[in-house]
Amino acid sequence: MSDDIYREIILDHYRNPRNKGKMSNPDVSIHDSNPLCGDEIDMHLKVVGDKITDIKFEGRGCAISQASASMLTEMVAGKPLTSIKDLTKDDILENIGLTNLGPARIKCALLSLKVLKLGMVQYYANKDPASAKKLQDDSKGL
Amino acid sequence: MMQKGALNVQKIREDFPILKRKVSGGKQLVYLDNAATTQKPLAVIDSIHDYYMNYNSNIHRAVHQMAEEATLAFETTREKVAKFVNARSTEEIIFTRNATEALNLVAYSWGRSNVKKDDKVVITEIEHHSNIVPWQILTTEKGAKLEYIGVDDDGYLKMQEYKQHLDSNKVKLVSVTHMSNVLGTIVPVNDIIKMSHERGIPVLIDGAQSVPHMQVDVQKMDCDFMAFSAHKMLGPTGVGILYVKKEILEKMPPFMGGGDMIKEVHKYETRYNDLPYKFEGGTPNIADVIGFSAAIDYLNDIGMDRVREHEIELTKYAIDRITGVKGVTLYGPRNVNDRGGVVSFNIGDIHPHDLATIMNDHGIAIRSGHHCAQVLMERLDVSATSRASFYIYNTKEEIDKFIDALDEARRLFKI
Repeated sequence: MSDDIYREIILDHYRNPRNKGKMSNPDVSIHDSNPLCGDEIDMHLKVVGDKITDIKFEGRGCAISQASASMLTEMVAGKPLTSIKDLTKDDILENIGLTNLGPARIKCALLSLKVLKLGMVQYYANKDPASAKKLQDDSKGL
Repeated sequence: MMQKGALNVQKIREDFPILKRKVSGGKQLVYLDNAATTQKPLAVIDSIHDYYMNYNSNIHRAVHQMAEEATLAFETTREKVAKFVNARSTEEIIFTRNATEALNLVAYSWGRSNVKKDDKVVITEIEHHSNIVPWQILTTEKGAKLEYIGVDDDGYLKMQEYKQHLDSNKVKLVSVTHMSNVLGTIVPVNDIIKMSHERGIPVLIDGAQSVPHMQVDVQKMDCDFMAFSAHKMLGPTGVGILYVKKEILEKMPPFMGGGDMIKEVHKYETRYNDLPYKFEGGTPNIADVIGFSAAIDYLNDIGMDRVREHEIELTKYAIDRITGVKGVTLYGPRNVNDRGGVVSFNIGDIHPHDLATIMNDHGIAIRSGHHCAQVLMERLDVSATSRASFYIYNTKEEIDKFIDALDEARRLFKI
């Protein structure tokens, strides 16, 4: 099973993360951690109109959490905000090619999506309370 | 009847049915997470079963036969515990839910009535969260200070810092672990207690990792309080033990009010029960306390010196083998006489949780994470470590399997 998890692409994103680093004056910045593992992820976004024009993440933790974050940033960069609203747990697991994780490790894979959704909650808080609520509810299931 | 010579590990293993278990699709279980909790011998499981099957009753008050049997079994455990750590009397032994509750009992009862504004409580950087957070709560509430004894790069406490704290004349309590659950460091508690007592300061020892693995004598050590846990020494979960010197316990206010801790209750006042019942409000965990009795018998039959010898041998073997693995960083003292059967490490850039997943594929249960010691993780400048920890039923062959799995992890991560 480990052979299926720790494939080349996961190790590549773990060791050479895309879009990793700080961002000056982000429109949204949010942090969360996984108390079980101690994985940590920060997401920073620039939003113009309805589009994510720039995305960066910072973090530390296991290969699954960090590779998943790296891949997620590639997935949503340049996309409209609505695409984040619609993202599901299965989208992420399929994207990173890990559909067979146990209940403990699945949290690692989904931490970055949770952080991103919480960031959107912050962004929509005043602008669109209904969307904020949906995202908040979504993030609880991750 | 105490046995002699090296442990007969194969015979011991037969007493632990769970060790026959297969995990991860048919792999033989290798259980190396004993610092978290140990497995239970059949004798412990049977004794809990026997209680529920044959004499389940509440204790201390009823006069019917089963209640008397249950009370006797419960109080016999207290006698065995007192003897096991060489307390002066059973009055000094309080049952709690776990070691955490035992530590909190001291913080809430003794701490609240003795620690005042600007006083200091001294702990160390290697403490488990359960010996940090209660003191943060107490010192914050009282406007007191929490001070740390640092740890050096080899995993030893900086005794000079300890002396400096004591010399500040503000210290009200010293609370230290006897053995680090991460580094394995055995702390020089005798020196720590002596230095503290010279200044009239009481000492609380967190014995959660030491009492299960070596002979601990509270009178020789002369600690004022000691907390430990049954489930880390073959016993059931849900049973913690607090030892307190009687003269201190007599002056402590109760922790939890309720049934069993009283003599008389009137509308506006209560006369509390005698020691130790004054500190055991409510129906206790009767079945598991009784089960703990069988665990103590089992350890006494083996003898704690032999438990310690076996673990020294395994730890020495594990350290020798693991230091030969490329990319491994090992934490804690190198001298096995200064450490318990706990081996914490990191390997290359493999995160401990990834390593634990790979180990699990081989049927090997190890711990990964911050081990409830985030203050120490910050000191070591790591977010997590992997930890293998041993007990009486572990073998060198199991350590070999563990090393093979480490090699497999290196292959997957190309280290």
